Amino acid sequence: MTTISEIDVRAKHLTDSVGNARADARAQGGRRSEWMPYLPASESPWCPDGVDPAALTWAETVAPGGYTHKVLARGSRLRLDDPTGDACAHVVLFNALEPVERLNVADTQKIPWQAYLGSGHPLLSGEGRILATISADTSGRHDAFCGTTTDGVVETKYGNADPHGPTPSGRSLFVKAAAKHGLTRRDLPPSVSFFQGVRVDGEGTLQWVGSAGPGTHVELIAELPLLVLIANVTHPLDPDPDYRVGPLRVHAWRGVATGPQDGRFTATPELHRAYLNSIDYCDARGIQ
Amino acid sequence: MTIERVASTVPVGAVHTPDSPLDWSESAVAGTVVRDDRVAPNAPWSAVVPAGQVLTIVDVGGNQSADCLIYRADDPDERYSVPDTLAAQRNAYVDTGTVLRSNEGRALMTVVANEVPHQDTIGGACSKESNTLRYGHHVAYQHGCRENFLTEAARHGLGARDLVSNLNWFMNVPVEADGALGIVDGRSAPGRRVALRADVDVLVILSNCPQMNNPCNDFNPTPLRMIVVRPETIAGSDR
Repeated sequence: MTTISEIDVRAKHLTDSVGNARADARAQGGRRSEWMPYLPASESPWCPDGVDPAALTWAETVAPGGYTHKVLARGSRLRLDDPTGDACAHVVLFNALEPVERLNVADTQKIPWQAYLGSGHPLLSGEGRILATISADTSGRHDAFCGTTTDGVVETKYGNADPHGPTPSGRSLFVKAAAKHGLTRRDLPPSVSFFQGVRVDGEGTLQWVGSAGPGTHVELIAELPLLVLIANVTHPLDPDPDYRVGPLRVHAWRGVATGPQDGRFTATPELHRAYLNSIDYCDARGIQ
Repeated sequence: MTIERVASTVPVGAVHTPDSPLDWSESAVAGTVVRDDRVAPNAPWSAVVPAGQVLTIVDVGGNQSADCLIYRADDPDERYSVPDTLAAQRNAYVDTGTVLRSNEGRALMTVVANEVPHQDTIGGACSKESNTLRYGHHVAYQHGCRENFLTEAARHGLGARDLVSNLNWFMNVPVEADGALGIVDGRSAPGRRVALRADVDVLVILSNCPQMNNPCNDFNPTPLRMIVVRPETIAGSDR
């Protein structure tokens, strides 16, 4: 809350000295917003049920039209929550140790012989390894066909694609997030998106199925050390003429990667070899 | 223990069976031929196609997957994008009229003629790495399209960072009602063609797919013919 006295300070231009400016700046600390990172992560007001707050390593609510990024240890659990039914989490994953290894959407659809993302689905790199496994999914409305929005699409639809404006494109947010890790637009592969679904009919026509409604979540397991980029923007096929996006909640906590003790490990021959490839890479690297 | 000396299991340029019917066809679009290449089975190819010129790809032996990447010649950071192409046309397949779009959403090339329905762009390329997932670790030393892409991209100063999801001319990848998806028998035939008009100056990198473990090339890799023409001037056209 902004207090009367703070308004007075600014109205009277009492930020004309370093001391006053410092006092004004410091008075802003501790405020809360609908969308913000929570630090330490254990302070999250939205800690998922059954998760020890002390194990949290990332807690954030991403604004509509916002983006975020984080490097996660192998084994981390990453949970995305769509509290309003209007979030759309566009996601790109990289091997944090060698970002030239990154999400490969074609292999992610082709290797499991399945185009639609859901529980048990691997998010594969082009190096024959699993970057992350989808370990839980209460939405079932996701898309690996359409990627995210470009400036051209956004400008045509909403009239303004400024990346600092009210209706940014997913592509421009990914470019910014990638730049913060020394990567450029050259490094950005096609993304997947969660919470707004697309289906393909027999003729190949892409059908928008939208959201499953409020209160769904998706959980991923990091099978390699991961650089995660997330943009929370409209889906390219969203028929709503307004830029309608809801807040996206992001939580991560410590865990162990998928191993022989898990049913997923040998669920299919393709998955089994993909887990073996990821473990082989990590063993050689000295990563648990 | 002695190790028995056996012939290498590494395929050394699988070639089409001698009795394969081959139809070399001609350009699908009339014009002055500026380039006419024959691509051997398993080999890569690349060329810059200036705006307005038309590249015809001929499936000489039939059902030979031609894995294809496209870059803006003057700015290769802008390159072919499967999702932007699909979302813009709201369809998962490529056919006559499809505008092949970049990761910035702009037109790179347009399909101006096509003799095989439902051209694939969702199946991606084969690679040593994905082959180990698909078929087992024993195929790790077989040649793949990703290796062709890397080899050919290097000639243009591009590398692994520049490889993205690609087109697969003449390959058939149906998506069933429950999302089941896979490479199945092709619907092409000897001499079938697709023709692409460059909308800007583009670099096209192509792999004549060496894959021998799935039906993408009928288990019989055959040659491709790549013809670039400058179309005949049409009255009223500025090209």
